Amino acid sequence: MIQFAVRRLLAALPTLFVVTVLVFGMVQLLPGDPARLLLGEEATPQAVTELRHSLGLDRPVPEQYVRWLMNIGRLDFGSSVKDNSSVLGLIADKLPTTIELALFAMLIAALIALPAGMISALKRDSWTDRALTLLALSGISLPNFFLGILLIYLFSIRLAWIPASGYVPFSQNPAKNLLLLLLPAVTLGVHSAAVLARYLRSSMLETLSQDYVRTAHAKGITWQQVVLKHGLRNALVPVITAFGLQLGGLLGGAVITEQIFSVPGFGRLLVDAVFTRDLPVIQGVVLVSAVAVFLVSFLVDLAYAAVDPRIRYH
Amino acid sequence: MQPAPLVSLAPRVRRLRLGKPARRFLQNRLAVVGAALLLVFSLLALFAPWISPYDPTQVFFTDLRSPPSAAHLFGTDELGRDILSRVLYGARVSLSAALVSVVGAFVVGTMLGLMAGYLRGWIDEVIMRVVDAMLALPFLVLAIALAAMLGPSLQNTMIAIAIVTTPAFARITRGEVLAQREREYVQAAQALGASDPRLVFRHLLPNISGALIVQTSLAIAAAVLAESSLSFLGLGVQPPAPSWGSMLNAARGFLADAPWMSIFPGLAIFLTVLAFNLVGDGLREAIDPRSR
Repeated sequence: MIQFAVRRLLAALPTLFVVTVLVFGMVQLLPGDPARLLLGEEATPQAVTELRHSLGLDRPVPEQYVRWLMNIGRLDFGSSVKDNSSVLGLIADKLPTTIELALFAMLIAALIALPAGMISALKRDSWTDRALTLLALSGISLPNFFLGILLIYLFSIRLAWIPASGYVPFSQNPAKNLLLLLLPAVTLGVHSAAVLARYLRSSMLETLSQDYVRTAHAKGITWQQVVLKHGLRNALVPVITAFGLQLGGLLGGAVITEQIFSVPGFGRLLVDAVFTRDLPVIQGVVLVSAVAVFLVSFLVDLAYAAVDPRIRYH
Repeated sequence: MQPAPLVSLAPRVRRLRLGKPARRFLQNRLAVVGAALLLVFSLLALFAPWISPYDPTQVFFTDLRSPPSAAHLFGTDELGRDILSRVLYGARVSLSAALVSVVGAFVVGTMLGLMAGYLRGWIDEVIMRVVDAMLALPFLVLAIALAAMLGPSLQNTMIAIAIVTTPAFARITRGEVLAQREREYVQAAQALGASDPRLVFRHLLPNISGALIVQTSLAIAAAVLAESSLSFLGLGVQPPAPSWGSMLNAARGFLADAPWMSIFPGLAIFLTVLAFNLVGDGLREAIDPRSR
């Protein structure tokens, strides 16, 4: 198992290396000179030259990359252009909120997807199945900013049950924290719920057509037990993988969701950085989201290998 | 005159597949509804200048944020502009931005995938490492970062979306090519002395077109969503030009007293994306019936 984990990590290294090249190279796309951008249009040429020198921008690009990469290796992501605070500190500050939001959204997604996917598969090609399919495709097609706006209109403006925005840390007031994150989590979770329900449906159909399910039926086990113990349990394995792969989408969705509900998370950090053209922060956020996606897919692979030993010897 | 090739051992995809999948697609009611919706939306976008009741930037000072009425079917916005006209013109922006970026991604991604899958070796390694790295970056996060680097404009939005959509095309094409290149018809064509370009474009490409067609319709759905997300954040089309995402963004501040400002552009995005997804889903089931 440890051998598998090491092998899997080593296999990911080249890709991670290319990710760093891409994130570094992104800044080279920027039209014009970052130093001038930082100082504004009125800066004297001398000031620009000095800043270029102190930022190392007058060095050759490969050298700049190596230096940048070495800093990243020491967990030095640079500092924000806005107030000189450390990028890593900013990210570490905002990330927990987004992780909580994402977990909450995943929980909601699972609560919707499990029954929906199962019913769809068990009542294959019925009207219920068709309605659930249409509902799932609607969930996939609904832009989360529109869903968020609709939820705010209904629950915050019309019914006035939940405030539309605001954030209280979990440590301060857990109940208020969860209440305030409920609408954002639903906004974020509906898309995943729809995707997972679709996965579960096809995985369940596949499992239920297997021989061992027929054998279980033949042995006289009740229908419910066959579905739950033999069907669902086996059908869930690929769905769990899909669950892990949702994370990238969730991080992207969190950017929009946090913007709508004014949740002070990782996504807000990115949007704020984009508008102030805070390049080190943008780079840091993109890099950390890539690492997060890697980490989760690594953990999913480990879990998968733990469940199914054949994978380890692949 | 060039003599026609004596035998083509490529499976008769075109004749065999066009019949059955087309029928299967037409039997799928949801897919047909999606296709019909797409047709209607495309026509509305195409003929927007003739259909829309007003100019999308025309300001009616006396009709600020007025609810839907006979004069303004979808109501007016905070500057007194007709929302129906803006939604119709917005369709042109959203659909053309999505189409242009996906066509770009299709061409580049498919070429990269064909090269990786057909040539193998170090070219494959290099291309696939970059593709993997790009797929590791969350789609929207990468699109936002790219759009921010390039600067907010419709053109840069399209470039950003095309870049983030490309790796999926490359990966699917490569996988399909790897599966096809061991097939007998490829070996037979090789034995007959077919050149590499001929083999790739006349034999391989038609046989992997099914997967690419499905991917294209799903990618357009994602591109419409991405474009509206970027313009919702203020990174896309700049005002006063109408776009569904920026209309929703402006409408947010008036949600309590002018909900129609949000509802119509939101519905437009939703129905357009849904239509592409319905068609994509229908195509997948029609081309590969096992996926049901």
